[in-house]
Parts: sequence; structure tokens; C-alpha cells
Amino acid sequence: MSAVSPSTDTTTNPRYGAEPAPQTGAELALHGVLLGHPGGVEVAAPAGLRIPPGELLTVVGPSGCGKTTLLRTLAGLLPPLAGRATQDGEPIIRPGADRALVFQHDALLPWRSVRANVELPLAIRRVPRPERRRAAEEWLERVGLAGHARKLPHQLSGGQRQRVQLARALAGRPRTVLMDEPFGALDAHTRAGMQDLLVEILRGTGATVVFVTHDVDEALHLGDRVVLFASGEVLDVPHPRSRDARHAPATAALRRRVLDSL
Amino acid sequence: MSAGRRLLRVASLAAALGVWQLLTALDVTLWLRFEQFPTVGEVASALADRLGTDVYWQDLGSSLRRIVVGFLLAAVLGVAAGTAVARSRWAADLLGPLVEVARPVPAIALVPVAILLLPTTEQGIVFITFTAAFFPVLVSTRHAVAALGPVWEEAVLTMGGGRLRVLFSVVLPGSLPGIFGGLSVGIGVSWICVISAEMISGEYGVGYRTWQDYTVVDYPGVFVGMATIGVLGWLTSTAVEVLGRRVTAWLPRPVARGAAGPVRATGGAAPAASALRRTPAASPSPAPLGEKEPVS
Repeated sequence: MSAVSPSTDTTTNPRYGAEPAPQTGAELALHGVLLGHPGGVEVAAPAGLRIPPGELLTVVGPSGCGKTTLLRTLAGLLPPLAGRATQDGEPIIRPGADRALVFQHDALLPWRSVRANVELPLAIRRVPRPERRRAAEEWLERVGLAGHARKLPHQLSGGQRQRVQLARALAGRPRTVLMDEPFGALDAHTRAGMQDLLVEILRGTGATVVFVTHDVDEALHLGDRVVLFASGEVLDVPHPRSRDARHAPATAALRRRVLDSL
Repeated sequence: MSAGRRLLRVASLAAALGVWQLLTALDVTLWLRFEQFPTVGEVASALADRLGTDVYWQDLGSSLRRIVVGFLLAAVLGVAAGTAVARSRWAADLLGPLVEVARPVPAIALVPVAILLLPTTEQGIVFITFTAAFFPVLVSTRHAVAALGPVWEEAVLTMGGGRLRVLFSVVLPGSLPGIFGGLSVGIGVSWICVISAEMISGEYGVGYRTWQDYTVVDYPGVFVGMATIGVLGWLTSTAVEVLGRRVTAWLPRPVARGAAGPVRATGGAAPAASALRRTPAASPSPAPLGEKEPVS
């Protein structure tokens, strides 16, 4: 069994533009995983969870329950204390460009311009400069920040910074996007806009998405399925990513069920 | 900087010189004794004489060369060692104790070591200058690197970056503000030590000349030496400051503050001049620092 290594195949993916070439997401799975830092609190991850390629899975649970730890383990930043986390059947033992992580608080490098931040995953893959510049411009345009390429992160608002993070995460064309409450610090209006933007820019990427949130409505809006972190239950969402379905009876029933579980 | 503030700065300097001239010209003796003290005029004419001699410029060149070589070595090795100690437990165990033992020894106390170890006096002086700046740079680098949060590093790791990428894209740029704190301290200590070392064992150099003038009771010459050291020190530390501001232009800075506020570099001009000027419109950095945060 070989370890998952960072994808470096720039030859098979010649285009890094914002119009994604068809690509398949990764399949993620947890096999009896125990999460946590060595010597710290141990938390059992939802047992036997399997995330099919291209699915948008949301994970809900109260703050501090271990949702972020789950994402860090899936990213390969933190090895599980027991069990195995796998991508396409192979254990995840180190971080790699295959699995992008979008952080709760902005993780943009403050000394790099917005464009240089978006170019970073491509620079790491040694994509030639003109090509990565073009890709970054395209991604910034897609997230609505075309005019801000030369600014520094601290000159943007919180919502704009999270949009840059989205662009940076997707510019590297990862097969999995792991998102840690990316809109948690935004006001309600900005947050709804960001959710729509996320749905829009994920379209056609084929990426598997694990989206952690403590906001039940966000989880029910975005997810194909919802995982209740504490119990490990996995529930199907009746009308994923449809704003009109918010008051549909099936959604309302699911919402009650999720709220009761918290 | 506004014309008014510039005028105030010039006036402050002029007033100090004026008081000096008065006290010395009138041979004031009020517990402090000024009768032997050279007047501003005597120092100025000594300076004017010296400026025309080759020896003056040779001394100045020697001192500058020593400080530049010693300080650059200290900057490079200090940043490298500080980063290694902060990032690697192995390096911390290996270098940490040595550093802690060597650090309290004043660089100037290493003159015997320099004489024993190094073939030429010149190398000895550079060695002492290097040692003086090395430890402040190392210690501030170590703290700056250790204080970096993990999130940037993790971001680069999840983009597929390796150790070198983390080092050059995260660790070094992120710790530059702290590193430049150490470099600013280091250049100051370097001057103290290069002058002291020259006084003890030099053959040329501003420090050597100043001590020579003292031994032959040429007091105006001593003051010319002091003024030269002051100006050189000011120029070099301003150069470090200006470079530091330029490479950390990404730091969010308050738009304007009072007397101790940030002085920013402008393009092209001589370091000393640009350090004194504050022109928000002429910033060479990609960050227009005077700009307000955009509202989305």
C-alpha cells in the first residue's frame, strides 16, 4: 500500500485557468479513526464515513467538538491516533496539493499581493509564470476581485479575503477541498453571497468538498449530505443548494432533526 | 515631512552647536570646565583641513569597509543560525548552549582571541565587528521565527509545498520585521566595537585616528573623529532602517502618528535624506500605505 503523494502532473493538466477541465474528485474515507493530538483529548471520528467523489459533505457540530481536527487529519497535517484516513483507498499520511484546505481565519500570506497569493499553489507546482499569472487573473475575476490583484491582504475586507482564499484553494485544481468554517466570521448577508459564490465556482471542478460549519442552515443549504459530528449520523439533504427549498417540508423536518441533535 | 518640522530639527541641532560655541568661546567654568574644550569654530576648521587630506578618507574607507564586511557576515550567519535554532531541535541542542555561553562576552573582550586566531589585524577587527552584530541578529531572528503562527506554514504545506518552500515563502518573509529589529541593534553595536577595536589595535580607521589625536593632545582632531563616527553611524543605521521599511512594506501601518511615528522610505533619494522625508504619494512599495481600507 503506497502513500498518497502530492500531485505534480503539470503535463496532464496543461490548463490551470478558471474554466476547469473535467476532473474527478477524490474519494475520502475514514476507517475507525481516532482524532486528536498525541497526549491530548481523543475524539472518535464518524466511523466508517465514506465520501464519494464529487460530493459536497457538510459536517455540523458544536464548537470545540473536533471538526477542525477532522479536517486537519483529512488534509494530512495531523496523523490519526488510530485507524486510517484514506484518499482513493490509500492512507493519507502527509499534506499534498491534492487536498486544499480553506482556513477559518484568513491564511493568506500578508506579504504577498492578492495575485501572488492566488499564484502560490501554481508556483509550487512550477507552472510557468505567464500561465500562472493568467490563471490567477481568471480566478480573481471569477470571485469578483479582478481589480484587487495588486492589493495586499490587509487592504481587503474579511469577505474579500475569504474570496481570495477560495480562489487560491481552487487555483491549484485540487481533487478535494477541505473547508473549515470559511464563512464563520462574516456577517449574514456576506455569508449568503459567499455560499452562492462557492456553489458557483465549484461547479464543474468535480472536486470532493468537506465543509465544516456550526451553522445548521449553512450545512443544509450547501451539503449533499450532512454529518452530525457528535453522533456520526449521516443524513441526506433533500434539496441541496436550492434557496427556494428552505421552507420545504422535508428540509424543515431535517433541520429540526439536526438542531435536536446538537 | 512638513517644512516646519524640518526647520525644528535643524534649529535643534543649530541651538546645540550655538550653546557649545558660547560655552567654549567664553571659557565657562561652572563645575564643568570648558576652557580646554575646542570651540565649534576650531573643530570646523580642523574638519575642513582634514577633509582635504588623503588620510582622512583612507581612515573613513577602512572603518566603513570593516563595518560593512563584519556586519554583512553577521547578518547572513545570524539569520541562518537563528532560523536553524528556532526551526530544528537538533540545531537548538547543538548551537543553543554555545550561543548562550558566548553571548554575554562583550565583543571587545575578544581582542586577545582575535589576535591569537587571525593572521592580520584587519581580520581581527572585522571579526570583532562581526561578533558584535551576530548575537543581536541571531537572538532576534530566533524569536521572530519562533513567534510565527502555524497557519501560513500549514497553508503552504496543503498546497504541496516542501521544506524549502516553507522556509523561503513563509519563515523568512514572516520573520523579517523581527530580523530587522536585530539588524538595527546590530549595526549600532558594530560601530561601538569597530571603533573600540581600532583604538586598541588599528593601523588606520576613524577610531585609530581619534585615539592618535588624543595622545598628541589634538582636541579639535578628536572632535572631528567623533563627528565622523556620528555621521557614519547615522548613515549606516539609516540605511538599515530604510531597507527594513522597504522589505516590510506589507505590514499594516498607521497612516500617521506623532513624533515617534514611522518614517518611510521614498524612491531613489540618498538614504539619509529619504529617511527624513515623509511623502505618502511617492511610496515605491505596492502597498499605498496612506490608503484607507477598502470597504466591500
